[in-house]
Amino acid sequence: MNEFFSTNLGVAVILLAQTLAVVGFVMISLLFLVYGDRKIWAAVQMRRGPNVVGLFGLLQTVADALKYVLKEIIIPAGADRPVFILAPLVSFVLAMLAWAVIPFNSTWVLADINVAILFVFAVSSLEVYGVIMGGWASNSKYPFLGALRSAAQMISYEVSLGLIIIGVIISTGSMNFGSIVAAQNGDMGLFNWYFIPHFPMVFLFFISALAETNRPPFDLPEAESELVAGYQVEYSSTPFLLFMAGEYIAIFLMCALITLLFFGGWTSPFPFIADSALWMVGKMAFFFFLIAMVKALVPRYRYDQLMRLGWKVFLPFSLLWVVFVAFAAKFGWFWGLYARWAVGG
Amino acid sequence: MGIAALAFYTFSISTLLGGLFTVVSRNPVHSVLWLILSFLSAAGLFVLLGAEFVAMLLIIVYVGAVAVLFLFVVMMLDVDFAELKAEMARYLPLGLLIGVIVLIQLMFAFGVWDYSEGYETRIAAQIGTGTNTAELGAIIYDDYILIFQLSGLILLVAMIGAIVLTLRHRTGVKRQDVVAQMMRDPAKAMELKDVKPGQGL
Repeated sequence: MNEFFSTNLGVAVILLAQTLAVVGFVMISLLFLVYGDRKIWAAVQMRRGPNVVGLFGLLQTVADALKYVLKEIIIPAGADRPVFILAPLVSFVLAMLAWAVIPFNSTWVLADINVAILFVFAVSSLEVYGVIMGGWASNSKYPFLGALRSAAQMISYEVSLGLIIIGVIISTGSMNFGSIVAAQNGDMGLFNWYFIPHFPMVFLFFISALAETNRPPFDLPEAESELVAGYQVEYSSTPFLLFMAGEYIAIFLMCALITLLFFGGWTSPFPFIADSALWMVGKMAFFFFLIAMVKALVPRYRYDQLMRLGWKVFLPFSLLWVVFVAFAAKFGWFWGLYARWAVGG
Repeated sequence: MGIAALAFYTFSISTLLGGLFTVVSRNPVHSVLWLILSFLSAAGLFVLLGAEFVAMLLIIVYVGAVAVLFLFVVMMLDVDFAELKAEMARYLPLGLLIGVIVLIQLMFAFGVWDYSEGYETRIAAQIGTGTNTAELGAIIYDDYILIFQLSGLILLVAMIGAIVLTLRHRTGVKRQDVVAQMMRDPAKAMELKDVKPGQGL
């Protein structure tokens, strides 16, 4: 048996199994994330939320997904058919693709590459294409306006996300997630994590992540009071399901990123409890809870305020922070809090 | 054929096909989308060469930012492309000629480089042993920092030039003053008046 797994075919089988495991994890957590999102939202508004299908309505999302799949796909007459179909696929596949480099444990990672953060960043910068293609191919005013808004918004906030990530990279000296988490692993538990030296950036990252994934209060691309549903107006059935799923997967990915970059990934907050992948999943769920709460609590931004926040507040602040971290790491200010080289300085 | 060779041919074929369809597709938006496919495949080729940092930069900078702006402009423009295609037929012979000349030049250059004596000595030496991100950083920021900063300055000048050329100070335009908006309170924004019946303000 061991001989088989060292042949080409065997390696392919192992890779396929690992890929399926990651996809399975993401898809199953997606089902319960959507349910959790709706339940939290409902609880804040003192409603019950979904409670009919399955125990406590747990299977509501399964029922919804089935319904989406079984409905008819309607393509508008004036639409650009190939691009119209391609857009949700692009959106979903790219959202899924980034999970290839997300580690859940020091050994549980599909592709342990040197430039893991850059890969995630590249893939999330590609996600804007699903939106633009969908908006343009629908050949209709509202989707197009929604797509333009969304593209401008995602590009703006990517800049500050990138700069925040650079701060963490400077502190670690590596772009590999394993090294970044290893640099946060110490004998002081949660006081070793990057959220202490990079404290203000945690908030900036969280807010930029909301804007990058078009979540409320930055969901202007689909502001229903102005644009019906933005780029998704003309979509129905499975393509719409793919857009929705892609959006939620991207949000969950941002939760994973916050966990890995600032909250120590799979390391345990207390030195006397062992590190485990459960910590990672738990922290991700916690940040998803925060994002769901934001959706329930905060009113929507105006578009010019959004752009102002991105370019005039976040960008200069994160740029200054990069300069500060670079100096602090180089000269070992603050007892070397910023210089935790995982791979040589 | 090994897996690396298979990947190489897949990426190169899709790069070439992307380039070809960029030129021939009727719809300009489709052209840009094909161009993006071409960029992505080129990034794949870089990964195969072991230059993963350059590949990721190619995707982030060209596909994630430049091509999006391209796409914006092309979507907004209202150009009659049937007319442009007719023009293309006129200039096709000239274009072909230029293409053939460039191809021949490249063949000469690489042919001489590859087949003349002692070409092994002209191949750039392997740099360092670390990850290529670290090695690139060491070269750019340690060895060639001045040249790198100078090229940055040139780009800065180009950016300032573009801003200066398009800057117009228009008068009589209502501008938004965010600080003033935030400092507004009911006392400044409202005024209570006692209006007598039949008088108006």
